[in-house]
Amino acid sequence: MPNYHGLFVILSSLLPCIIFLIVFISIDGFIKGVVIQNHLPNSLILLGQEEVDFSVSILRNNIHNLQSILSLEILSTDSANSLYNYYFFYRAGFLTLIICITTFLAYLAGKKLNVRFDARRNVEKILKFIFFVFSIVAVLTTFGIILSLIFETVRFFSQVSFSEFLFGIHWSPQTAIREGQVGSSGSFGAIPIFTGTLLITAISMLIAVPLGLYSAIYLSQYARPKVRNYFKPILEILAGIPTVVYGFFAALSVGPFIRSTGESLGLTVSTESALAAGLVMGIMIIPYVSSLSDDVMTAVPESLRDGSLALGATKSETIRKVIFPAALPGIVGAILLAISRAIGETMIVVMAAGLAANLTANPLSAVTTVTVQIVTLLVGDQEFDSPKTLAAFALGLVLFFITLVLNILAMVTVRKYRERYE
Amino acid sequence: MSKNINSMMLKRQSAEKRFRFYGQASLAIALIMLVVIISSMTYRSIPAFTNYGLNLSINLSKENIAQDNINYRRLIRDNISLLDSGCDDRKCRKEFLRLFSSGAAYELRDTIENDPSLIGKDFSKFILFSDDADLFYKFGIDNSLPESERRLNDREITWLNGFKELGLVEKRFSTNLFTNGDSREPEIAGVLGAVIGSLLTILITLIISFPIGVLSAIYLESFAPKNKLTDFIEVNINNLAAVPSIVFGLLGLALFINFFGMPRSAPLVGGCVLSLMTLPVIIIATRASLQSVPPSIREAALAVGASEMQVVFQHLLPAALPGILTGTIIGLARAFGESAPLLLIGMVAFVVDIPGSFTDPATALPVQVYLWADSPERAFVAKTSAATLVLIFLLIIINLAAVILRKKYQLKW
Amino acid sequence: MVDGTENDIKPNGNYSSDNNLLIDCKNVDVFYGDKQALYNVSLGINEKEVTSLIGPSGCGKSTFLRCLNRMNDVIDSCSISGNITINGEDIYNPNIDVVELRSRIGMVFQKPNPFPKSVFDNVAYGPRLHGKIADKDEMSHKVEASLVRAGLWDEIKDRLNEPGTSLSGGQQQRLCIARAIAVDPEIILMDEPCSALDPIATAKIEELIDELKTNYTIVIVTHSMQQAARVSQRTAFFHLGNLIEVGDTENIFRSPENEQTEAYVTGRYG
Repeated sequence: MPNYHGLFVILSSLLPCIIFLIVFISIDGFIKGVVIQNHLPNSLILLGQEEVDFSVSILRNNIHNLQSILSLEILSTDSANSLYNYYFFYRAGFLTLIICITTFLAYLAGKKLNVRFDARRNVEKILKFIFFVFSIVAVLTTFGIILSLIFETVRFFSQVSFSEFLFGIHWSPQTAIREGQVGSSGSFGAIPIFTGTLLITAISMLIAVPLGLYSAIYLSQYARPKVRNYFKPILEILAGIPTVVYGFFAALSVGPFIRSTGESLGLTVSTESALAAGLVMGIMIIPYVSSLSDDVMTAVPESLRDGSLALGATKSETIRKVIFPAALPGIVGAILLAISRAIGETMIVVMAAGLAANLTANPLSAVTTVTVQIVTLLVGDQEFDSPKTLAAFALGLVLFFITLVLNILAMVTVRKYRERYE
Repeated sequence: MSKNINSMMLKRQSAEKRFRFYGQASLAIALIMLVVIISSMTYRSIPAFTNYGLNLSINLSKENIAQDNINYRRLIRDNISLLDSGCDDRKCRKEFLRLFSSGAAYELRDTIENDPSLIGKDFSKFILFSDDADLFYKFGIDNSLPESERRLNDREITWLNGFKELGLVEKRFSTNLFTNGDSREPEIAGVLGAVIGSLLTILITLIISFPIGVLSAIYLESFAPKNKLTDFIEVNINNLAAVPSIVFGLLGLALFINFFGMPRSAPLVGGCVLSLMTLPVIIIATRASLQSVPPSIREAALAVGASEMQVVFQHLLPAALPGILTGTIIGLARAFGESAPLLLIGMVAFVVDIPGSFTDPATALPVQVYLWADSPERAFVAKTSAATLVLIFLLIIINLAAVILRKKYQLKW
Repeated sequence: MVDGTENDIKPNGNYSSDNNLLIDCKNVDVFYGDKQALYNVSLGINEKEVTSLIGPSGCGKSTFLRCLNRMNDVIDSCSISGNITINGEDIYNPNIDVVELRSRIGMVFQKPNPFPKSVFDNVAYGPRLHGKIADKDEMSHKVEASLVRAGLWDEIKDRLNEPGTSLSGGQQQRLCIARAIAVDPEIILMDEPCSALDPIATAKIEELIDELKTNYTIVIVTHSMQQAARVSQRTAFFHLGNLIEVGDTENIFRSPENEQTEAYVTGRYG
């Protein structure tokens, strides 16, 4: 079939072309940076990292036009010319190379065409390969996450010691912006952040697990089909509300409410209490617990339920003594996933919880979490290399690792449960 | 013995009743919280849809000005100062001027540009009060607080009360939430820029994640050999679906912005990051849809002599398409509401202009909500609540589209 | 039909139609939604004997059985009219506590359904619920007695802590019978208890049923006429939701009054 033949030529030549182009565009920023760095005069380098970064980024934007490079007056005329030429020839050369390779491949592919050539098979082979590459994107993403996190974390640990981070109890990430600035000694002990995360997660679980489980029990065992079909999706809506909305609600209504209630009872309560953030987060997580638990409880064979009822057990006794224990691994899996969700939640805590690292178990006080710190450290103007910003990546690595472990545990538990009943 | 049995039965019956009640109560609490959140936002957003203002007489007949040379700020200032303020010094006049929205000059410019014949005439223009004055008219002020802790001092309150008594104050319904971009002034701030930014970002997300996601899923479902590599890929996909969104932000920061050098704050980067997040969702939904197509269709197509790939693309894919589209829309809805990763890649810039391309600095609607929520001005509370309603409304539309699609095209096997 | 070989359909032991009526059903209609499953069934069950319900599949015998312990209440779309009394008490009276009723009637299902608990806990489940047994020793005795009566004790007396699901099919079913016996029911309902078992296990259970009838009233649904003939004293033949004929087992199999009954038991259809 003619269209398969044409497709074969196109795919064989364009595919490598596109791959090269993608590579070219990806490393373009990096190459620009390297070339510019090599052209910077020493006098500029001596001025400090900040000046260098600034010049590099401006030159980056203007590298395509010789006149604008000259007008910046950062480089001498000779350097400017050299820089422009370097980059221009690099680009021209690379693109020419791509065009040559593409044409050559098209020629080779064209030569293969004849009546006996099974174009369709070959096209399908190429397509399958393309799809295979697509499916690797997920793997690449995971690796990308791990690599970039590890890379920056390693740089972090070259400036802050391992034990200080994992075991220190004082978190105060200041760094000197200029040399000799007061307050330049920062401490990076992450324990208060971990405890803060644990505290808010615990509060949210205290809300989500009972409410979620009981809702699931009611919907799956007690409610009539009409009621269940109506309310189950409404419960799912809770999961669909964006977390910013929850965060805003927590900061605007729940926090002050808890504070004024607490103060009328004579307690000191912060407006950014862990209780406020934990409460709202718990509500957000209810559908995660209830949906999964509902599914696992419905999967318990009816014969077990019938057997218990026939022995003269009430519905609640049947649920408590037969169905729930039978569904337990699945429910545990659901709870693990919910915990993982709570630990990774960002917006609710950013808006409703505090910024100061506070080592306490008091739910009425303000604590901070891993996700809040990651946001705080990175939003705003900082140079990229300070331990302050690198600390965010270290925290990110810890977060990724812990949620990964929880997710794998949850998957394994649920799989074991499925094997029991299917 | 039978008395014990009876009391035992009663205990068991009341335990049954209590258990059932706990179930109902839990469900009720969850639903009540949903209602509370939505109604709280609705209630608080009402002030955002009205603005207080004043009909200012603009006297241009005495001025001799050409259209391309008008200093609108000065015009506003001069015409405001015609109002009786009882001011002697410059500081007092400045304070008086600040009672009015700084956007008034832009509004005047728009009015005159739309109708140049107004030059040389006297007309009346409705200008808005500034956010503090607007709040004063809407909610009053706490007089028990000492003057230094209030946002309006006694003199300003006297002026505002004076306007009211003279009958100059008018309340109008306003849609500037929907028509304006972001602004430092709460009374004229709007979400249009953020909505456009969100749409551009989601478009990029769709363009990237849909083809890659669907084709990966097709590969894994129909062509991949059952070996360890395929298992590994599947484990990765399932894991990625549960990774916290902020980690994707970190990846975006390290990879797209620092290594690739993409522009911060652009929908392009935002779309790339969100597409990595949405990819596992689309893959999982596509696989589920493909699996639910009855094998008889595949067998029938093969028997007619179609190649494996032709079977997939000409028979399985069309049959699975409704489910795939539904899953994609739900994944995009989730991405639409995401804000954490966008914070990290810089879409927090204060952006006034409506973004025009994928590389213009922009923000997204959820991020806009976050930024406004952070603002100290009390007037932003109403706008923020209104913005959350806009966000929820758009999400409802997106999800409804998914449900309708599923119902309409759901083939019954 | 009787020729003295082992394959005879033999009548079983001593039986009499004069035994006391324990369960009395009059004009029972059962609907699943709009579909009627039982039409005006009137049937009496005598105490301390085995009554079998036979008929082709889908004829309503299981439905009828489940009416006796109100297990049909569990199905939302099911509605029942008519009169069913046990010991003269109307079991569908709104004052009746269903939970208490079911504790007086045991049920064994088609597919053995032991709980995923230990053998001991399976048998002790019912007594623990009803709170009739206070101390541990008494409970152990109860479990042992039930397992003995169910003919399972010797095989698993050393394996009481193993999960009930680890036993063989036949053992599981006997465990379910022990579990049902442990609550001291008056009546035991069995819904095709041997259909999922091999012939040896089946034979053991039929022996067991014969022993149990001295203490319990048993109603058994079976699709095997040979089993009905071996095991029961009275037989009721159902067809398409109607009770066609009921009588002493020997009469039903040797000289049925109704043509349909005769056609079924002689194997012309079924």
